[in-house]
Amino acid sequence: MAHRVVIVGGGAAGIQTALELKSRGIEPIIVERDIELGGKARGWHKLFPLFTPAKDIIDPLIARLREERIRCFYGQEVTEIASDGVVLRSGERIPGDAVVVATGFTLFDAHRKQEYGYGLYDNVITSVDLERMMNSGRVVLTDGSEPRRIAFLHCVGSRDEKVDQKHCSKVCCITGVKQAIEIKQMFPDADVFNFYMDIRMYGPGYEELYRSAQQDYNIHFIRGRISEAAETINKRIQIKAEDTLTGRPLRMTVDMLVLLVGMSANYENKNLAQSAGIPLAPNGYFRTQDSFLGSVTCEREGIFFAGAATAPKSLADTLAEASLTASAVCNYIKVKYTK
Amino acid sequence: MRSLNFGYAISHPRAIDMDNNDLRKSRAIIEEMPELQACISCGSCTASCTAGNITNFNFRKLHTSVRRGEYKGAYEELNKCMLCGKCRLVCPRGINTRGLIMLIKRKLGDF
Ligand SMILES: Cc1cc2nc3c(=O)[nH]c(=O)nc-3n(C[C@H](O)[C@H](O)[C@H](O)COP(=O)(O)OP(=O)(O)OC[C@H]3O[C@@H](n4cnc5c(N)ncnc54)[C@H](O)[C@@H]3O)c2cc1C
Ligand code: SF4
Ligand code: SF4
Ligand code: SF4
Repeated sequence: MAHRVVIVGGGAAGIQTALELKSRGIEPIIVERDIELGGKARGWHKLFPLFTPAKDIIDPLIARLREERIRCFYGQEVTEIASDGVVLRSGERIPGDAVVVATGFTLFDAHRKQEYGYGLYDNVITSVDLERMMNSGRVVLTDGSEPRRIAFLHCVGSRDEKVDQKHCSKVCCITGVKQAIEIKQMFPDADVFNFYMDIRMYGPGYEELYRSAQQDYNIHFIRGRISEAAETINKRIQIKAEDTLTGRPLRMTVDMLVLLVGMSANYENKNLAQSAGIPLAPNGYFRTQDSFLGSVTCEREGIFFAGAATAPKSLADTLAEASLTASAVCNYIKVKYTK
Repeated sequence: MRSLNFGYAISHPRAIDMDNNDLRKSRAIIEEMPELQACISCGSCTASCTAGNITNFNFRKLHTSVRRGEYKGAYEELNKCMLCGKCRLVCPRGINTRGLIMLIKRKLGDF
């Protein structure tokens, strides 16, 4: 009988790990808390750096899962993990020969940065809201008009001790560049400003896209964190920052302010880690054995990781890591059960 | 008209006011040299600048200010430049900085 592996989370990481395990003759079972598979990536319009429609990546993954008849539990949250199975919120136990934690991340809640007025001012939105608007094919202000001056703010809920998020979320710089370009494509006459602290273009083609945003799309990059936003009487947003490159305070009014929200660790990680007796990293993500040869394993044998559960990652990195996870699981099962 | 002396002066606000700054000249400069927007503020131009080493001339800061619509004093400041072209040799974004100096002078000057 095939060995069975329980995968916690049916996002990109969980799906890809399941497919890779199946191709190696192992029987994966996915337990997903949501009623649908695909995780966060399902909500994105187009993916950086090549503007690939997210659907073109996620839908085929889900279709292959169906073709391979991989079992999935929907609407079931895992509350305890161990190396020999998981326990659901209902109390039901699902046994397995190994467990893969692919629980992903939580989007930073922009309400927590009150000074930017998310939820208070009409035209302050997040990068996630903007993806949603682009999916609906309509990017407009709340009064239905087109934005003519748009500001993006980097590092919202990242690199910020005030909200206990000290890490860099890695994907928001490139998301900001991608979205700024999309806005310029939609509204060529609009003025777009990206307020950044550092521009982190770590992936292939990212720096090139940044340069294109600057040179080909005339997007303005201003180094400085917006310190506060206020709404004007006609629903525009007044922002204040320091233009740190000239060493002077800077003020301007924009039609729309987009907050590039970061990737936070899931709140539930604490309980999951405790149930398995494994440690978390200081930022709340799962801690891997090491950053080199043990990047998908932990101190407890039989528990593996894939995707953004251990650190902010792009979809590309997530999918690549899932293959690594599957091969690590395979080796573990081979060594353990073929004696 | 002689102004009254109240014993204090009204200082101009230091903030860059992007709502009221006249950005037309800045736009015209960027239009003519779009690669200027690709500047990553590395400061290599300033560091290598002959004029900047003996005066407080800071070319990086100057063209950043001009892009924000802050033109005051920029033309006069650019007179410190000797057009030696060293800055162009070092710019990692390949910006024709020397050409930019001429461009800014042309757009801001009266000729
Ligand atoms: C605004 C934004 C834009 C992005 N755009 C891009 C892009 O253009 N290109 C790119 O490459 N990357 C992009 N990313 C990154 C991308 O979203 C992630 O790399 C990807 O979602 C990670 O997949 P994952 O499966 O690890 O996590 P997730 O997508 O978070 O999926 C985790 C899944 O696990 C489930 N789960 C969690 N806990 C439990 C539990 N206890 N029990 C059962 N199920 C559970 C969740 O419901 C979810 O379905 C973006 C990220 C952000 C924030
Ligand atoms: S990727 Fe960029 S925007 Fe995101 S946290 Fe890091 S530096 Fe900030
Ligand atoms: S051309 Fe002008 S700005 Fe450039 S290095 Fe020479 S003196 Fe400095
Ligand atoms: S050397 Fe080039 S990129 Fe660096 S600050 Fe000067 S103009 Fe900008």
